[in-house]
Amino acid sequence: MRKIWPHRPLGLLLPLLLAGGWELAVAFGWSNGRLLPPPSRLLGSLASLAERGDLWDHILATVARVAAGFGLGVLTGTLMGALTGVSPLARRLIDPMLQAVRNVPSIAWVPLFILWFGIFETSKVLLIAIGVFFPIYLSLSDAILGVDRKLVEVGRMFRFGRLRMVRRILLPATLPAYVTSLRAGLGLGWMFVVAAEVMGASEGLGFLLVDGQMTGAPSVILASIVCFAILGKASDSLLALATDPLLRWQDGFKTMT
Amino acid sequence: MLVLDDVTKRYDNGQLALDSLSLSVAPGEILAVVGGSGCGKSTLLRLIAGLEPVSGGTIMIDGQRILGPRPEIGLVFQEPRLMAWLTVADNAGLGLLDLPADERQGRVRDALARVGLSEAAGRWPRELSGGMAQRVALARALVGRPQILLLDEPFSALDALTRADLQDHLLDLWDDNRPTLILVTHDIDEALTLADRVVVLKGNPGRIQTEVSPPLARPRERTGAEFQHWRARLLAELQHSFVPGRKGEEFHPAAAI
Repeated sequence: MRKIWPHRPLGLLLPLLLAGGWELAVAFGWSNGRLLPPPSRLLGSLASLAERGDLWDHILATVARVAAGFGLGVLTGTLMGALTGVSPLARRLIDPMLQAVRNVPSIAWVPLFILWFGIFETSKVLLIAIGVFFPIYLSLSDAILGVDRKLVEVGRMFRFGRLRMVRRILLPATLPAYVTSLRAGLGLGWMFVVAAEVMGASEGLGFLLVDGQMTGAPSVILASIVCFAILGKASDSLLALATDPLLRWQDGFKTMT
Repeated sequence: MLVLDDVTKRYDNGQLALDSLSLSVAPGEILAVVGGSGCGKSTLLRLIAGLEPVSGGTIMIDGQRILGPRPEIGLVFQEPRLMAWLTVADNAGLGLLDLPADERQGRVRDALARVGLSEAAGRWPRELSGGMAQRVALARALVGRPQILLLDEPFSALDALTRADLQDHLLDLWDDNRPTLILVTHDIDEALTLADRVVVLKGNPGRIQTEVSPPLARPRERTGAEFQHWRARLLAELQHSFVPGRKGEEFHPAAAI
């Protein structure tokens, strides 16, 4: 904690200055703040949503979708990435198709998924899982192919079997790239949940966005956006914190600072 | 007894690296293989290690053909090739994963003590100097108690003092169990300091040009007249073996001094 703390106040400075400035600008009457409500009104919206209990329901719904989609995306991305990384045959068989699928814009899946899986949770979770899948699949597959042949030779000298080679050499060697891809995947998960919820949901932060637009309440839209920012940052920090101990051995720039 | 009989190695690109090479190495013998870059000396070591198959001929250890890496053969590479994610102790014990933990730890402790690195057992590879890292690599090869230890220019990347120190150390370690040592080097002094017998390889394709067994008393003093006599003789042989190689493979004997 000691290492993280000194950086935190500095990161908060800019958003607080901007919020304070805007609050003052509206207070002094330089702007009516109708389209961009000042922080006080934003907090008011959040408070009233929280009082009614709606806010927690929305947050919970969104977090649950992201968590389920992230879990599914990580699982499949890791399996496919490991498979295509280790087996040249699997790579030649599967990778070209996945690369083509990767280039389909996420929104394009929505109508199809709604037809296939209905408008409820399954289609949303699957859409998020697609977003999470690709960064993880790509980096893991590439990272395995990029593992130093010389280290693999050390394993061969000790007659490592395939499983031991993966567990003792390939997996740890790819861990830094894998962790980075987890964080990229999580970020995409938050992006895709909005796409999923905007398309049709009765709760969730994405639903709040649409609701705010329909009812002409920019403070509700902003409240939702602020929630996304906080949740996204918090989940990323948690992931970074959880994976940091796995990478203590790295000889990177970070160890110098 | 290690016996190479009429060994030929041709790479997939058609290049003939070794051409009908025959050689016997007695148990406990220290053999140095010298020659210029691209003369096939590293290839020779990789064939004995079982990392690559021979194209013709046989390599036998105690009457058994070498078809892949074997527990009784250890290899120290030119670079330490330590796993960055394992501590020094875990790196040293990498070849003993099939042993019970307490036995493994005991042997690692002994080996690290033997190379003077007891204090460093818990450190990460990034915290080691080049000489220390190569000692760990030596310990890693020795904990398996190989009958034959292969060394591929193991000290070439180290400064002269560290190199001399490690050469002495290697002889001490050799004295523990007296394994067969096969040392590939381009350093004539190193070969003469350590070896009972020196084989000079001539490149393109790799063949044995000559071999000498300098009757020098141990410990060997590099400044002695006898040592200098053999040094001059070996240098002459090396110059003889010099064949202008392909682009980028030229060997200049003067550079080996």
